[in-house]
Amino acid sequence: MADHVLSPNLAADQEADRILKAQRRRHTVSMILRYGVLTLVGLLMLYPLIWLIGASFKPNSEIFAGAGFIPQEPTTSGYVNGWKTSTPYTFGHFFWNTFLIVVPKIIGTAISCTAVAYGFARFEFPGKKILFASLIATLLLPNVVTRIPQYLLFRDLGWLDTFLPLWVPSALAGDAFFVFMLVQFLRAIPRDMEEAARVDGANTWQVLIFIVVPLLIPALISVCLFQFMWTMNDFLGPLIYISSVDKFPVSLALKLSIDTTEAFEWNRILAMSVLTIMPALIVFFVAQKYFIEGISAGGVKG
Amino acid sequence: MSGDNRFLGLIYLSPYILGLMVFTALPFAASFYLSFTDYNLMSAPVFTGLDNYWKLFTGDRTFRKSLWVTLVYVFTTVPLKLAFALFIAVILNYKLKFINFFRTAFYVPSILGGSIAIAVMWRYLFADVGIVNMALQGIGLEPVNWFGDPTNALFTITLLRLWQFGSAMVIFLAALQSIDKSLYEAASIDGAGKFSTFWHITMPLITPVIFFNLIMQMVQAFQEFNGPYIITQGGPLKSTYLLPLYIYEEAFKRFDMGYASAIAWVLFVIIMVLTVIAFWSSRHWVYYAGDKRS
Repeated sequence: MADHVLSPNLAADQEADRILKAQRRRHTVSMILRYGVLTLVGLLMLYPLIWLIGASFKPNSEIFAGAGFIPQEPTTSGYVNGWKTSTPYTFGHFFWNTFLIVVPKIIGTAISCTAVAYGFARFEFPGKKILFASLIATLLLPNVVTRIPQYLLFRDLGWLDTFLPLWVPSALAGDAFFVFMLVQFLRAIPRDMEEAARVDGANTWQVLIFIVVPLLIPALISVCLFQFMWTMNDFLGPLIYISSVDKFPVSLALKLSIDTTEAFEWNRILAMSVLTIMPALIVFFVAQKYFIEGISAGGVKG
Repeated sequence: MSGDNRFLGLIYLSPYILGLMVFTALPFAASFYLSFTDYNLMSAPVFTGLDNYWKLFTGDRTFRKSLWVTLVYVFTTVPLKLAFALFIAVILNYKLKFINFFRTAFYVPSILGGSIAIAVMWRYLFADVGIVNMALQGIGLEPVNWFGDPTNALFTITLLRLWQFGSAMVIFLAALQSIDKSLYEAASIDGAGKFSTFWHITMPLITPVIFFNLIMQMVQAFQEFNGPYIITQGGPLKSTYLLPLYIYEEAFKRFDMGYASAIAWVLFVIIMVLTVIAFWSSRHWVYYAGDKRS
């Protein structure tokens, strides 16, 4: 080996150089692997959605003709016919119904969960521990056990086939996850400002409205966004409580259009599917940081 | 701040307390009672003792099938989803370009979560002539009868929920990013390899979120409804007839409220037992930094 004639110093340099190169090579390989995995997974995540959007502009004969997403003969007939629906109402009517469910539900959730979280995070009172434990328990309690008696209760109240069963429980801080998330958030906020306001003579309601709520805004945005998504996606609730077609939200309307037109008019169903996920997609892209912060705040600090 | 009135906190909690009573505690007790009755909505509930449970466990083959399918579904979906979410979170935890793009892309399916539109889309993707089979043929594999074959149908729903690994991933990622970097530096000075660093440093530190994700995903998986209802309608041969589907049909199609409540209670007890086991076992594997319990 030539190494024998070289000075030991030079050999060491070469060795170091060799190790550095090997490290760099390993680094490059691992980078390629990482990007490879991420790109592949990203493709698997997004392709179905891209396909869905593409297919909604295809004529029916073309939808299952190939895996590509660009329509050969683009058409909006899926949207036009789907919008008309097989009922006396247009899809716009069902969007309006969804809106009538979502808006009161979000407002009720935001107000009730803020008050309750404030109560938990800033006050001492008898029974607090038990009540907080019950909050965690409801977080874990499967809805499946309470659903039947809730249905019977709403039936006795005469609320079936109205939107009340869909939003009244939320207006009473029924979504434990949001209360929990806001409590976690409040615990991380220092109390100095609140105490200063108290010294200046503000009562607790004024403190809540003028000091706590502004500080909670980012968390409240997360809460509202999640509630929006969950309500848009909710299917079982409306399925159980809403029976007349004129009160259907989009989720039920979409199911109805599958039942009535499936065998022959795929593009109608795909087009309406695209429309029903659009509000959620748009809201998500506009406000994605709140979603990601919200979910990690709720999960990690707990 | 608790100076003036020691019941003031309760006033802020009053909506919650009211809701807890009316929409959770009362229905919870009522559900237990109903599970011992025969009640078809027409006449008052008739107390029948253990009849419903007796019938469930001795005479109801649909129930046994449904229970089995539910357990298979949960025990495949939850571990796969958590492992996948963690794997991707670990990759995303490195400084990479376009990282925000990838995070967003991976999270989008989760946001659309249980929506009917996504279930509908899944049905088209996995149809006999759908793009999944086209892709399989493209790489020289045989097309798969996804929905017609009882051994595959449940797996398509598992795949749908795996596709929505985003929220578990975000929670893992946040935990990974909160790990003190000096721990890794120390490990690298000690000459620890990548796997041993991951196993001895990363894993113990993220056990609290593994636990959190495990519980949340498990409770959620046991209640899977939209997937089987829209994609497979419980078939073929009841191979995707998960318990929530059975409960729904007993209660709201056949109006057999007592029997449906009994099934719901069996499901509830299973979830509770598994949650308790998870909490109990967590003492042995979940590590809380700064925890002084001994």
